[in-house]
Amino acid sequence: MQDVLDILTEIKPEFDFSDSSDFIADGMLDSFDIINLCDLLEEKYNVTIDGLDILPENFTSLNSIQSLIIKSKGESK
Amino acid sequence: MIMRFNNKKITTMLGLLPEMESYFDDEIGNYSFTEKQSMRLKKVMGYNCHRLSKESTTVSDFAIYGINYMFANNWINRNEIGAIVVVSLCPDYFVPHISNIIQAECGFGENIICLDIAQGCCGFLVGLMQSFMLLEHIDKKVLLVNGDVISHKVSRRDRNDYPLIGDAACITVLENSESSPIYFEMNTDGKRRNALIIPAGGFKMPCNIETAKVKMDSEGNYRSLDNICMDGSEVFNFVQSDVSKMLKDAFDSEHKTIEDFDYFFFHQPNKFMLKKLAQKVGIPFDKFPMNLVENFGNPSGASIPMTAIFNARDELINKNNSCCLSAFGSGLAWGVVFMDIGNLNNCEIIESDL
Repeated sequence: MQDVLDILTEIKPEFDFSDSSDFIADGMLDSFDIINLCDLLEEKYNVTIDGLDILPENFTSLNSIQSLIIKSKGESK
Repeated sequence: MIMRFNNKKITTMLGLLPEMESYFDDEIGNYSFTEKQSMRLKKVMGYNCHRLSKESTTVSDFAIYGINYMFANNWINRNEIGAIVVVSLCPDYFVPHISNIIQAECGFGENIICLDIAQGCCGFLVGLMQSFMLLEHIDKKVLLVNGDVISHKVSRRDRNDYPLIGDAACITVLENSESSPIYFEMNTDGKRRNALIIPAGGFKMPCNIETAKVKMDSEGNYRSLDNICMDGSEVFNFVQSDVSKMLKDAFDSEHKTIEDFDYFFFHQPNKFMLKKLAQKVGIPFDKFPMNLVENFGNPSGASIPMTAIFNARDELINKNNSCCLSAFGSGLAWGVVFMDIGNLNNCEIIESDL
């Protein structure tokens, strides 16, 4: 979880991601941030994120991002 | 809608680029990205260099330049051309058509069919379809012109669109000749037409002082109603869902596998979208060029032939290649073609001062 938080902070250092329950609704991540985040997560966790999973609802919180990584790990095997 | 064609062949392809290059690194200040975000997006999306035509340049200028080049090098002669098909979203005028201007300025006779089709990202596929249908009924060659100067309609402060667009044209010569069967499929969903739109400039909303006013959107892009506007997320999801499904269904219905194809020449929206599509469908990257945006920008309807020439010129001249062509974008429209392309008489990209 800390790794994801570090990546988010790397992308948007101006925000405190530990203090939000919805990164999208709070305006912390936009569509380009999600693209950057996908690229960094794929690099960090050596996974391939399915294009159909690149939806705002999968990037709203640390938990949803963590779930996406776990799902992608399963599909990348 | 599925169509099948027989004994139709591409014999020549000429790509045309404006000589002016613009680099993402020099444009970063126009956008609301931080420099760090920009550098990462440069890598992920393939932003780098794009070609931009002069503000006064039109699609007919590119076409006339290219056709005269073909005449000068004896690639074609006037009498063997039975039709000029132009596919573009950037007409010189509302009236007359670009193809009529080309007919006169290139010295073609009056016994020729001239046809303009308004189509964007799927322009090459739609142009092929129209050319194939004409070839069913005429015993001469068809000149297919795909061109756009879409940079004229993009706000320089629109980070969604400006870094990736490019101006270009491509002229393709098609003729009746023995060939493998051609599979052609096109799909349309006008309900999602607003995903890619230039709101003002047509009869629905003529350009005026109000439509020219630049405003900021929710993601920090600055554009006016006179500019192109793309809902990037909607287009991305459309490509990952509808286009990937179309491709898989077409492979299944035609009993094709990925291994059956030498090349996958696709429309070039951006590197990230193409990479995700290739992964979804299982296409290996070495058969799937996705480098047009970083070298020239996305030239709309000319993207497929430009990608083919830029990445596989020698193969297109020296051997036959089993190709899967696919395009997707404004409309929304999406399509796929399976056809052989190769042993071309001529195939190159040239630059102009347009």
